[in-house]
Amino acid sequence: MSADTAQQHRVPPPPARPPLARVGRPRQMLDFYATVARTAVQEQFQYRAANYMYMIGMVVEPVIYLVVWSVVAEASGGSVGGYTPGGFAAYYIVWMLVRNMNIVFTPYGWEFRIREGQLSGMLVRPIHPLHYDLAYFAGWKVIAVLLWVPIAVVLALLFPPELSVNLAQAATFFVAIWGAYVIRTLLLFVLGLVTLWTTRVAALFELYFAAELLLSGRLVPLDLMPDAVLRWVDLLPFRSTFGFPIEALVSDLSGPQLVRGLLAQLFWIGFGWLLAMVVWKRAIRRYSAVGN
Amino acid sequence: MAPTPDTAPGRRPDRAGLARPAVVRRRDVIRTLVGVSALNELQYRVNFFLQLFQSLVALATAIAVVALVFLYTPSLGGWSPWELMVVVGVHTALGGVIRSLIQPSMQLLMEDIREGKLDFALIKPVDAQLVVSLRRITVWPLVDVVVGLGVVVVAAVQAGVAVTVLSVGTFLVALPLGAVMIYCLWLIITTGAFWIVRMEHVAELFNGLYQAGRWPIGLFPGWLRLVFTVLVPLAFAVTLPSEALTGRAGLLALGGAVAFTLVLVAVTRWFWRLGLRNYAGASA
Repeated sequence: MSADTAQQHRVPPPPARPPLARVGRPRQMLDFYATVARTAVQEQFQYRAANYMYMIGMVVEPVIYLVVWSVVAEASGGSVGGYTPGGFAAYYIVWMLVRNMNIVFTPYGWEFRIREGQLSGMLVRPIHPLHYDLAYFAGWKVIAVLLWVPIAVVLALLFPPELSVNLAQAATFFVAIWGAYVIRTLLLFVLGLVTLWTTRVAALFELYFAAELLLSGRLVPLDLMPDAVLRWVDLLPFRSTFGFPIEALVSDLSGPQLVRGLLAQLFWIGFGWLLAMVVWKRAIRRYSAVGN
Repeated sequence: MAPTPDTAPGRRPDRAGLARPAVVRRRDVIRTLVGVSALNELQYRVNFFLQLFQSLVALATAIAVVALVFLYTPSLGGWSPWELMVVVGVHTALGGVIRSLIQPSMQLLMEDIREGKLDFALIKPVDAQLVVSLRRITVWPLVDVVVGLGVVVVAAVQAGVAVTVLSVGTFLVALPLGAVMIYCLWLIITTGAFWIVRMEHVAELFNGLYQAGRWPIGLFPGWLRLVFTVLVPLAFAVTLPSEALTGRAGLLALGGAVAFTLVLVAVTRWFWRLGLRNYAGASA
């Protein structure tokens, strides 16, 4: 792919360190993001059928949770932890949109990037690979949201949701889904970089995804979790990536609660960014390309 | 035997084989294909422990989910916690069968159709469906079969089910039938690659659907029950063995499963041949 980085074999410091994009060029960055996002839209629009297949696989998960918890709600007199079947319907239909916003470059993809030498190409660009991932998947969201709308309509007809939204909630939701997207991108970027140390990453990734499933609000609204679990939830970033955006729209969170949720997201973005930069710096030293 | 997995043909007919009519015995083909795959995988022994770890993580997650549900209700659609764990065990075991015996070969088939490399499988003097169905086997997910069956035994004992010849017998027949049905479904979907070339999301689609099997299909509303019985036969594959073991289903349901399997096998065979006629290699 790239001639100059590929030559080095075991030379410890890579001769051509990529000049990372520094701040101070906001205009150029904006251009870069817009272009990559537009490319993603065009590229993914070609694969409408493949995207839809992916979506249908994804719609099953919330429908299962919705059915199970509706059965539980009906068995225990109409509601569980404040959620009626209609409340669960609202939760899991919004869940789908948030899940779509949540899709980022998979940590499993790093093996491919390294094996196929893609990373070499990324390193010679004058911009950090993280920006590329952020921009590309942000563009993909346009297609994902467009495809989600008809599915949401059908689901709403099959499982009538109970939903009342005010302006503050809607505004918070709009900001929070992007916050969730950025946090999850950063965390999975760091997780993916582990591939530069070991190729046996699947076990670690699955442990991470199991924790995320249980502690993010993906499996069940976190209000239903026992208190002992909730104490852990507050110490971890998962709620900011899943539960909070949904609750912002679906639950009756007060103004201060909404602000606190957004501040938590801001904290995790800062934390994730710092972690990503530190780990990236160490990880990339371990990379050496092979080929010509 | 050369351990080159993807290109290794079935055992080559020896020189004398040229003189004989070109009949290769099915049993030999199966043994060779499975043997080569297994040998290739068994080189990576650390993967056993990683797989065990992953299986336990998945099991712990499943238990957490069941526990959470039963915090709020004593029984879910008539199933007690331990009875539901029987379903979880069956689901885990069958999932292991899928990921080790079914899915790898099907994904290879999809790749080969897309890249026009299926010729290599088709020129072999044995039934093409047999070859494409057994070309790639991953051994380690079989850990899930052991873990899943262990869960079934423990859960059945804890649930205090009455163990009878009928219930265990039905269970033991229904479970392999379930695997056959899932194989048929996978092959039907994969055969679609002869027409729709880009199929890489199909594994996610299937695995998404398969997750529904962790719950008794009777919980779902009527239209979904129909989907999970006829289109994606999870009701037969996962729920029925669990129902059999917990004394909920008898010979009548088993008869239905047998009939459905026979129909599905025939339809799969027909559809596979239809697809094959549509195949054009990428060479020449």
